[in-house]
Amino acid sequence: MNFWEGVRLALNTIRTNKLRAFFTVLGTVVGVTFLIAVITLIEGMNAYVEKEFKGAIYGVNTVVVRRFPAVNMEADGEQWREFVRRPRLTIDDAEWLSERMETPGLVSLSAETDGAVQGPRGQQLENVQITGANAEYFEARELEMQAGRTFSRQESDKGVPVVVIGSGIAEALWDNRNPVGQELRIRGLPFRVVGVLKERGSLMGFSMDNVVVAPLRAGGMNGWVNRQRNAVGSLTYKVPEAELIRPAMDELETLMRVRRGLKPSEGNNFSVETAEDSLAFWDKIRTILLLALPMLVGISLIVGAIVIMNIMLVSVAERTREIGVRKSLGARRKDILMQFLIESSALSAAGAFLGIGAGVLLAKGVQAATPMPATVAPWSIALAIFLGVGVGLAAGVYPAWRASRLDPIVALRSE
Amino acid sequence: MSDDKPIIETRGLQKHYDLGAETVRALRGVDLRIHRNEYVAIMGPSGSGKSTFMNLIGCLDTPTAGEYVLNGQPVAGMRDDDLARIRNREIGFVFQTFNLLPRSTALENVELPLVYAGTGKAERRRRAADALKSVELGDRMDHRPSQLSGGQRQRVAIARALVTNPSIILADEPTGNLDSRTSEEIMALFARLHEEGQTIIMVTHEPDIAAHAERVVTLRDGVISSDVRQAPAPVAAREVRDPVGAEA
Repeated sequence: MNFWEGVRLALNTIRTNKLRAFFTVLGTVVGVTFLIAVITLIEGMNAYVEKEFKGAIYGVNTVVVRRFPAVNMEADGEQWREFVRRPRLTIDDAEWLSERMETPGLVSLSAETDGAVQGPRGQQLENVQITGANAEYFEARELEMQAGRTFSRQESDKGVPVVVIGSGIAEALWDNRNPVGQELRIRGLPFRVVGVLKERGSLMGFSMDNVVVAPLRAGGMNGWVNRQRNAVGSLTYKVPEAELIRPAMDELETLMRVRRGLKPSEGNNFSVETAEDSLAFWDKIRTILLLALPMLVGISLIVGAIVIMNIMLVSVAERTREIGVRKSLGARRKDILMQFLIESSALSAAGAFLGIGAGVLLAKGVQAATPMPATVAPWSIALAIFLGVGVGLAAGVYPAWRASRLDPIVALRSE
Repeated sequence: MSDDKPIIETRGLQKHYDLGAETVRALRGVDLRIHRNEYVAIMGPSGSGKSTFMNLIGCLDTPTAGEYVLNGQPVAGMRDDDLARIRNREIGFVFQTFNLLPRSTALENVELPLVYAGTGKAERRRRAADALKSVELGDRMDHRPSQLSGGQRQRVAIARALVTNPSIILADEPTGNLDSRTSEEIMALFARLHEEGQTIIMVTHEPDIAAHAERVVTLRDGVISSDVRQAPAPVAAREVRDPVGAEA
C-alpha cells in the first residue's frame, strides 16, 4: 500500500466520523490556535515597532542625544538618582555641536509636554501634545504638510509665536475650514497657525495628529515646555544615509564629552542612542515571549497527543476485525502500521489546519478590538503543520504498533 | 482433472496450543494432497481441528510440526510478512460473516487485495469491476455492504477472493449466515467457478452443503478420519442471474 493510498483511507475514516475526529484533535487545535495567535501578535508588534514606531518616534537615520536613555527597563534607584543629577541639554549645546559636527546632518531640537490649547472662539482642547522645536525638526522627523508651511529658521531663532498643528487639532477646532492664518492660544498666549501636518494616524492607540509644534524659543514655550529656560528634551541628529549613523554617534559622543569637560575616567553624563538601541528592550521581550511560548503550547500539544493516542487505541480495538480482514487479504505489518500512523497524523494535521485558521482569526480579532497589531508569519504556519503532523505521529506509534501486531485469526474472530 | 503436482500438500501437519498447564493438540498429524481444480469439503464436528486446519491451509497460522507446501512453496517456516504475501497471491478467502469493510463500496472492497498487491489504480479498478461482473454484481459496484442482501454480500466477498487469481478459494462456512435459497445460489456460483477451473476448499459442518463438493475430507480428533470422493449433488436452484428479490 503506498503513502497516498494511506492518506486517502485516513481522510475517508475522518470524514465518516467528523465529530469524533474533531474532539480527538481538540488538543492540537487549541495548542496550534494559541501558537499561531501569539506568534501573529508578537510578529505584528515586531513589524509595527520596526516600521512605524522607529520612524514615528525617532525618525529614520537619526542619532538622538538625551540626558538619559529613553527606555530604561533595568535602571534601579541608584541609576535613576544618577540620571536626574545629570545636567540638561541646552539650546547652546545644540548650537555648539552643530558648528563642530563634521558628519553631514541636521540638528533638530525638541521638548514635549502635554497640555491644553484654545481655539479662536475660546474652545478648550485638552491633552494635546505640545512640542517646542527648531525649524529642522520637521525635516528630521520627515513630517509632511497638508496645508501651509513649517516655521522658518528665523522664526525659530527669534521665537516668533507661530505654530504648526496636527490634522486632528485642525479638524477639532476649525472643522473643514482652513486654519492657516488663524489664531491658536497656548497657555493663553496667541500663536498664529502657519501650517497643518498631514494625517499620521495612531500609534499603539494614541493619536499622532493631536499635536502642536511651535518654536522652542517662543514666549510661553521656553521655560515651560522644556521645564527650564533654554533646555532641550532631546537633540536629534539626522544623517542623510544609514552608513553615517555610526560615525555621527561617535562624533556626537566625543564632542559632548569635550563640551561637558569630562575626564577619560568619567562616564558619559548624557546618552547617545539610535532607534535600534532604545528599542533593544523590545527584542528582549520578543525573545522571552517566543521562548516561553513553546512551554505553553507544548502542554496543550502533549495533552492533545495523549487524547489522540487514546482515541486511536479505541479505534484500533473497534476495528480489530477490519485489521483481521486486511491481514487475511495480504496486508503486511508495515501496511497496517502505516495505515494507522497516517491516520493519526492526518487527523492531527487537520487539527493543526483548524488551529491555524482559529489562531489567525483570534489574532485578527485582538487586532480589531485593541491597538495590538497582528502579522501572520509564514514560518509559524510551517511550524504549526510540522507540530501537528509530529503530534499525530508520536501519538499514533503505539496504537499503530498494536494494530500491526494483531494475530489475524484472533482479529477475524473479534466482534 | 488432477495433474501430478498437488496444489496443496501437507505432511504430518501438527498444531499444538500451549494453554499453560496443558497442551491442546488440535492437529495430530494430517497428510492431505489437493490437486488443481479439486472441489473439497472439509467436515468434522466442533473440536475436530477443522478450524485449526483451515487457518493453517489459509496461511493465517503456522504449524507446530509437519510440512505444508502450497503451490510449490514450503510455507511452514515462513515469517509473518511472507505469509501475508502468500495470502495475498495464493489464497482467496470467503468467510461465513462475509467480512466486508462496512464503509467501503463493493468495488473498493473487491479492490482491497490488489491494493496490498501493489497493483496500479486503473488496473485495480478494471479487475475489481470484472470480478464483480463475474458474480453478477456489475450493477451494484457503488453500493455499500449495508445496501446489499446477504447473498449479494457473499458474492462481493467471492469477487474479492477471485480478483487476485489465487491458487485456491478457501471458504469457511460460506453459507452459514444465509437462508437455504440463498445458500443454493452461492453453491451454484461455486459450482460454476469449479467448472471454470478454480480449486475450492470449503469448510462446513452441513452435510447438504458438503454434498456439492466432489470430495469430502472428514476430520476427527485432529486427524483425517475419512476422505471420500463423490458425485457432486446437482444444484437445486439455478444460479440467480437477477438478484432482485433474492434477500437473505
